[in-house]
Amino acid sequence: MDALLQFLFSGLTVGAVYALVALGFTIIYNASDVVNFAQGEFVMLGGMITVFAFEAGLPLPLAALLAILVTSAIGVALNKLAIEPARGAPVVSLIIITIGASIVIRGATQLVFDKQLHRFPSFSGDDPIHVLGATILPQSLWVIGGALAVFVGLWIFFTRTLTGKAVLATANNRVAAQLVGINTGWVMTLSFGLSAAIGAFAGVLVTPITLVGYDVGVALALKGFAAAMLGGMGNPKGALLGGLLLGCFEALTAGYLSSQYKEAVAFIVILGVLFVMPQGLFGSKSTERV
Amino acid sequence: MAGRNKWISLGVLALLIALLPLFFPSGYYYRVGALIFVNALSVVGLVILIGYAGQISLGHAGFAGIGAYACALAPEHLGLHPALAVLLGAVVSGVMAALIGKPILRLKGYYLAVATLGFGILVSMVLTNERALTGGPDGMNVADLGLRDLLRDMGWRLSGGEFWYMICGVVLLIGAWLALNLFDSPSGRAMRALHGSEVAAATVGVDVPRQKLRAFVISAVYASVAGSLLALQNGYITPDVAGFMHSVEMVTMAVLGGVGSVLGATFGAAILTLLPQVLTVFAEYEQLVLGLVMVLVMIFLPQGLLPSIARRLRGRGE
Repeated sequence: MDALLQFLFSGLTVGAVYALVALGFTIIYNASDVVNFAQGEFVMLGGMITVFAFEAGLPLPLAALLAILVTSAIGVALNKLAIEPARGAPVVSLIIITIGASIVIRGATQLVFDKQLHRFPSFSGDDPIHVLGATILPQSLWVIGGALAVFVGLWIFFTRTLTGKAVLATANNRVAAQLVGINTGWVMTLSFGLSAAIGAFAGVLVTPITLVGYDVGVALALKGFAAAMLGGMGNPKGALLGGLLLGCFEALTAGYLSSQYKEAVAFIVILGVLFVMPQGLFGSKSTERV
Repeated sequence: MAGRNKWISLGVLALLIALLPLFFPSGYYYRVGALIFVNALSVVGLVILIGYAGQISLGHAGFAGIGAYACALAPEHLGLHPALAVLLGAVVSGVMAALIGKPILRLKGYYLAVATLGFGILVSMVLTNERALTGGPDGMNVADLGLRDLLRDMGWRLSGGEFWYMICGVVLLIGAWLALNLFDSPSGRAMRALHGSEVAAATVGVDVPRQKLRAFVISAVYASVAGSLLALQNGYITPDVAGFMHSVEMVTMAVLGGVGSVLGATFGAAILTLLPQVLTVFAEYEQLVLGLVMVLVMIFLPQGLLPSIARRLRGRGE
């Protein structure tokens, strides 16, 4: 029982990061129908920039803020330089473009910074908190709390603000949104910036636990994508739940079955979801127009 | 017209393979050439899948991994001759592709990409984790094909580089010939028809799932044979051959050269294989340049390099 709780704690922590990556996926996918394989790089950038700004002498909160802003700008640049010029390109091309962009970001990071693993101190110390016989790190609470806060913030943004509704309208029908006067180009920019900022935020939260290096993004992107698919592509609620579920599946697999094949869980989940219920937990059934 | 194009493509390819060694300053270039041909072979398979049938796969390195490890494992554990191990790998890959292709190929676009990606990664994970069998991430040795010794006994002395240049060149030519034949066959036409529109193809009687599956299986066999050749010529193999980045490289090569054409595939394979060789001096910039090439070609030459160049030349001629 204690063991189970312990596995669930670590699962929820990792899962919260997957959820944040999945939320980032969802925002870009909704706004542009692009699956952004560079999403994991935003998390990496968030962690790396914070590390180096912090080591350069900036206070941690300021370093984190700087990291989020810079990453957000990189997200906007990705949209302007690589996605918008390729508007209407076939899926294969868009996949190669975003994978290419992720390789560029990795290559540049390793040049600008280095190839080492880094961390910075936890926000509220490293003394584990004891809960019902299991322990949890204070930083884990930050990660889980952060994911929930982002989710609530997005929910308010999309349902209560005019800009948020414009994004939803664009996701729903681009041309119709343009017809009622929504600047869909601006919506795209906003979505990429927001999505990159969320990724960077995840990187800032999780680096004290998992460390960060220039190549941590690939696995995160793939798992975030698995989480988004599990929850149903394009659905924020699904992204959150999918991420947390995937994290717990992984932790339980590592705990009870095999830690080597923990990494396989995400891909078995992807295949399983695609075979059995391609629309995911919360996705709507899509019909194909001919 | 198409028939004539086929022989032109094959002729150009054969001439290139035969004449390039005249310009090689050292034996090292035979190695690079052989590597280009191996990559081109798996990319020709992807031309059938992506270019003919319009389906995508981000997991074909998985089949290359199966082919490679068949050559590494079968001679050791089953006592099979390496040449037969290539065949065994191809059969296993083909059967595997048929089994997973059936449910997977109902999916489209991103979903198909991610499902195939999942398959590829699972293969590479098994290869990495089953240390007892595969040696884990460090890889394992591969038995020699034995053909070079046979040739030497017959009085034909070839260096390792020359030998593999020849073998891979010939296999690539055969692969290209088969792919070009397929293009104009009823199956090839059916594949191209469903690429244009699945509904339209179905209405004129094309068995869409069957043709998709056929393209998937054929391309898997190409990747598997390429993986086997790679393992045999290096005498050594690591799970990287089945890795996600290898799948991405394969698709990039296909799209880079121009995904509709066999010649383009070879061209794309050549560029992406040569790139790291040229950049060894700037090893630090390799990733950056590779990524930039991928993004820029997709944006500015969406048809791929070769067709875009050909169009420009033709435009000037007229």
